[in-house]
Amino acid sequence: MSLSIIHPGLMTTLQDGGRYGRQKIGVIPSGAMDIYSLRMANILVGNDEYEAALEITLTGPTIEFTSDTLIAVAGGDFRPIIDGQAVPMLRPVAVKAGAILRFGPCRTGCRAYLAVSGGYDVPAVMGSRSTCLSAGFGGFEGRALKKGDVLPTREPGEYGQKMMYSLLSQGAHSFKQAKWRISQTHVTEERLRKPIRVMAGLQYDAFTDKARYDFFSTPYRVTTRSDRMGCRLEGAKLPLRAPLEMISEAAPFGTVQVPPDGSPIILMADHQTTAGYPVIAQVALVDTARVAQLRPGDQMDFRLISQAEAEQLYIEMEQCMENIRIAVAGML
Amino acid sequence: MDHAYTILPLGEAGLLVRFGSAIRPDIHRCVKALADQLDRHPFPGLIETVISYTSLAVYYDPFRVRQSGGPAKTASAFQSVSRFLKEEAIPLADTGTGAAARTVEIPVCYGGECGPDLPFVAEHCGLSEEEVIRIHTGPEYLVYMIGFCPGFPYLGGMDKRIATPRRQTPRLAIPARSIGIAGEQTGGYPFSTPGGWQIIGRTPEDLFRPDREDDPSLLHAGDIVRFRAITMEEYLAQRGDEA
Repeated sequence: MSLSIIHPGLMTTLQDGGRYGRQKIGVIPSGAMDIYSLRMANILVGNDEYEAALEITLTGPTIEFTSDTLIAVAGGDFRPIIDGQAVPMLRPVAVKAGAILRFGPCRTGCRAYLAVSGGYDVPAVMGSRSTCLSAGFGGFEGRALKKGDVLPTREPGEYGQKMMYSLLSQGAHSFKQAKWRISQTHVTEERLRKPIRVMAGLQYDAFTDKARYDFFSTPYRVTTRSDRMGCRLEGAKLPLRAPLEMISEAAPFGTVQVPPDGSPIILMADHQTTAGYPVIAQVALVDTARVAQLRPGDQMDFRLISQAEAEQLYIEMEQCMENIRIAVAGML
Repeated sequence: MDHAYTILPLGEAGLLVRFGSAIRPDIHRCVKALADQLDRHPFPGLIETVISYTSLAVYYDPFRVRQSGGPAKTASAFQSVSRFLKEEAIPLADTGTGAAARTVEIPVCYGGECGPDLPFVAEHCGLSEEEVIRIHTGPEYLVYMIGFCPGFPYLGGMDKRIATPRRQTPRLAIPARSIGIAGEQTGGYPFSTPGGWQIIGRTPEDLFRPDREDDPSLLHAGDIVRFRAITMEEYLAQRGDEA
């Protein structure tokens, strides 16, 4: 049971819920940029929701299935097709052996997740199957996929097997999708345009009044120098009132730091564990998934919320994920 | 411990306990003591802690903290964790005997192919290469934190006589296990990465071993490091296959 990579796409890596627990020794968490899309894709195929899936970026791969496989695609819309037929997203799809799945360029969003029932069979490194690109370990040989790679997959669990046979028994030429789908997603043109909600950062008060005004009232554009480490923005420069003596400190996913050139950088999944630039804001975790879906050239606005509001949003999102999990389990 | 501290939010899933604003061993001992205390007695929902020079980051899952409830179900996760730290973890954290530091000796082949910038450092500091090596192997260094990349140690305690600014043009690839100087800092590169440090030597020891699940990093925050000069022959005896 495996997937053959006919074309790797721009950057396709294995990512799971992240390699947490070792930031103390400098191990960057890595993991999915858009954690909620990863979790949805896994729930749909009966996996643990933090299981590793393929993270597909901007231009998608072409993949051949060597055996019947239950898959799900969530996140950005790459118009995936098999045999010229659109493969619908956010639902379980049973794919027959020999089928070739092609992802095109991304139409909405920036990243999609391809989960297979049972998960990808690569060794966990320090408790995670995420690819750590900078240090070259984890995932598939510690790197992005290349043409000719063969990714082994594990045996699906009970849910995956039952769902796959129930779909295939309805008769399929090369694939068959479930008639239902998850309807909640943050990856729509409309939702991606809504402001990114942030909390004040540790050094918020060290920025000039004008910087703080500009940050919340003028748009910022994602630059082409953005990657899995950081979303680098251009827009109004954000000067400090006076130079700050900074000592490196821990910085989590979503930290908006401002280097001396005044252009903010949002730290993303592959960020270093510690950072030394002034922090103007902290992106609410629920909105990091939307930042992950913005492409170079896209604009974003920021809106200030309190820490209590961000915590409430986080909890509501977890309750929403729990409801999705229960609903999907009931579909068998 | 009874050292002064402040608790600051780090988003909605983390906070910082800051013990001061100066890079000093006594402040760092407080950071390390609290990290050790939370390792021994974690709270429900704790994900991990990250040690830095003057503060400890405490990352938690707000959903699990709220679910675990405790006495005040109405409190926010931030309030619950802050109260736990103030009332239980910080008072019980022990900066004394419990925090006895490990000493790790790192063999270094200085100069030559392993340390191409040693002549520059010597010239910059008005010293001979032998003096630079003697001064670099002299002190006991404190590992303040691990960051930048897996296993990269930020060391304190270097003699200012060998302080040298970074290279004007960073190298595109510094070989793994290189030992360098940047300003008043010294440290070692676990992986081959671009960097601007002055490279004075290389150790045959791996600073980071991803396959050693239990203990992948040679060094941990709070360790004491000593460098020991070795010859090229000794280096090759350990790393002959790759030099």
